Amino acid sequence: MKPRPPTHLLTTEGMTRAQAEAIFARARVHARTLESGRPVRLLEGKVVANLFFEASTRTRLSFERAAKALGADVLNFTAQSSSVAKGETLVDTARNVEALGAVALVVRHPASGAASLVARCVRCAVINAGDGMHAHPSQALLDAFTLHERWGSLEGRTVVIVGDVLHSRVARSNLYCLTALGARVVVAGPATLLPTGLEDLGARRAASLDAALEEADAVMMLRVQGERQSAGYVPSVREYTRLWGLSAARAARLRPGAVVMHPGPVNRGVELAPEVADGPANVILAQVAHGVAVRMAILEACA
Amino acid sequence: MNAPGVLLRGGRVLDPRHGLDAVRDVLLQGEVVAKVSDRPLAADGARVVDVSGLWVCPGFVDLHTHLREPGEEGKETILTGTRAAVAGGFTAVVAMPNTRPPNDSTLVTRLIQERAAAAHLARVWPAGAISKGLLGEEMAELGDLAEAGCVCFTDDGRPVMNAGLMRRVLVYARALGRPVMVHEEDLTLSQGGALTEGLQATRLGLLPIPRSAEVAMVARDLVLLAETGGHLHLAHVSCAETVRLVREAKARGLHVSAEAAPHHFTLTDAAAADWNTHAKMNPPLRGPEDVAAVRQGLADGTVDAVATDHAPHGVLDKEVPFAEAANGVVGLETALPLTLALVREGLLTPSRAVELLSAAPASTFRLPGGHLAPGAVADVTVVDPDAAWTVDPAHFQSRSRNTPYAGMRMLGRVVHTWVGGRAVWFEGAPAEGAR
Repeated sequence: MKPRPPTHLLTTEGMTRAQAEAIFARARVHARTLESGRPVRLLEGKVVANLFFEASTRTRLSFERAAKALGADVLNFTAQSSSVAKGETLVDTARNVEALGAVALVVRHPASGAASLVARCVRCAVINAGDGMHAHPSQALLDAFTLHERWGSLEGRTVVIVGDVLHSRVARSNLYCLTALGARVVVAGPATLLPTGLEDLGARRAASLDAALEEADAVMMLRVQGERQSAGYVPSVREYTRLWGLSAARAARLRPGAVVMHPGPVNRGVELAPEVADGPANVILAQVAHGVAVRMAILEACA
Repeated sequence: MNAPGVLLRGGRVLDPRHGLDAVRDVLLQGEVVAKVSDRPLAADGARVVDVSGLWVCPGFVDLHTHLREPGEEGKETILTGTRAAVAGGFTAVVAMPNTRPPNDSTLVTRLIQERAAAAHLARVWPAGAISKGLLGEEMAELGDLAEAGCVCFTDDGRPVMNAGLMRRVLVYARALGRPVMVHEEDLTLSQGGALTEGLQATRLGLLPIPRSAEVAMVARDLVLLAETGGHLHLAHVSCAETVRLVREAKARGLHVSAEAAPHHFTLTDAAAADWNTHAKMNPPLRGPEDVAAVRQGLADGTVDAVATDHAPHGVLDKEVPFAEAANGVVGLETALPLTLALVREGLLTPSRAVELLSAAPASTFRLPGGHLAPGAVADVTVVDPDAAWTVDPAHFQSRSRNTPYAGMRMLGRVVHTWVGGRAVWFEGAPAEGAR
């Protein structure tokens, strides 16, 4: 029998509503199984490898939990991007781990396009767990799943993405995924951190954060990195927080039922005031829990 | 002349410098063109080559070639690079100084000249560095370099960020009668960037390189040129706004020249859409309006020459994530058909296309060749403008394979190349004695 060609998950760009909803349907099943504690043997005897070239605990743990919950064995390769200093290229590392018997490589790398490069060079499935500024499809799917479970449908809903869109793979992947599911996406942030061409990708620029919050059904706060200040994108983190942070006062003006999301890890007191991060509107921990079920569905589809 | 020579029989001779586009017999004797005749010439013992139906052109001159030797011989050597040159019809190339060590001293200049003489294929004109170590800090010994045979000065690959140094170099080089060739890029604007600012960069999550990184430096250097005089040559122009500034500067009488690389007049940033690192270069591929402006500049004379920016890289330099990939593509063996494509589109006449590849670059840097009048050096390229072929990098003469045109159908191929009357490429293959 001819082996089927590998199914990769590299981006949410071009993903259809049906594809996303198929993953949600399986994620819903996995979420119930996780709750029940019943063992699942879908990937029993198979090896899933995490190839993490960039510091990440949450995503790696989430994928590891998902793979093990499906009965797979998990290999963890962790290195800073400077493992290149040892002389082994990304492609060589990926081929070596594949040769250990992995049926799926979960790849996190600081350079945009890294997962696509790996996918071209190996025969097994590649799941992009975040490549540079490009894509983080599993995060986008779990974000959308979280909203989908809450609302039943994203059709006609408005999601406001706030912050450093330029450097954000989460923003890009969410933009594609949310619009595919029928939601409207509005972006807000310092003009230096909103890249050109966002409108062509389906987003609308908010006139102001406060205007955007008034129409939001969900607000997705992006993490802001301190180095954006030294690189000259914003004058100070202090000013960023004042202009673009979700303070308690701003959160109080959200529509009833509107939710606050964050891909984590949260910079408390920067993009999210502590009382908002812990407030009733936030679904941040629901995102984390859904992450495992969604990643199980992704691994099941790819591996 | 005692040598019997070579008689090119019945070709369409395109000699733009003398306004000639007609069927002629051309006799090469010794190292020069002996006769160009509208009547059949007697063989008189010369080797007769039937070139009827083909174009007989002055040998092509590339103002912008990276031969990589000394220092990066795994990518290219002077031998393999000049093999690629003559395969692409280039009888002379200007060798960029960003070798290891860089050509900022006459020792390196002489080494390049010696290796080129040993290869005995295309003429190699060394370009000397503007600054010691290409660091953009102290002026290199431009006088020594000029005397040793460097035909221009450039820190190519790197801009001269220091405006004070740039101004002094223009003044100093003017006295030496050499052009100053510049890679225009304000590093504070391009920093970290991997693709031109626009939809593709945003889609792919690559930091953008705005057009102003090039244009602001062009504007600065034209202001300096107006004060200093001298000859400023702009390498690989890529932006519509650059073309406009050059057009204006020429109208004002400034001595500025400009070259364009085939990739900048045939491809846009869309070529990078699928993470194709062979579409990564510096300056980056731009948008359709920039491509149109560069093409218009080639047609109306604003852009003086087609130059390849032949930049060989190994697989390991390109089989990496896009932002980490080396900049540049090989270009010597595809420049002709890509230029002829503009003829097919009605943008250039055949004569203008040949001029852009030969007469214009030669005169821009005051190099021998570039025309076919009796007495001219016998550097001749014979072209079949209609030959169809598909780019297969495995068949390149160059040691490197990094081309964005792999698998593409091309029209127009070099059939024969003579350098100084010596056949170096014959019937589509390395000539006997030139392998």
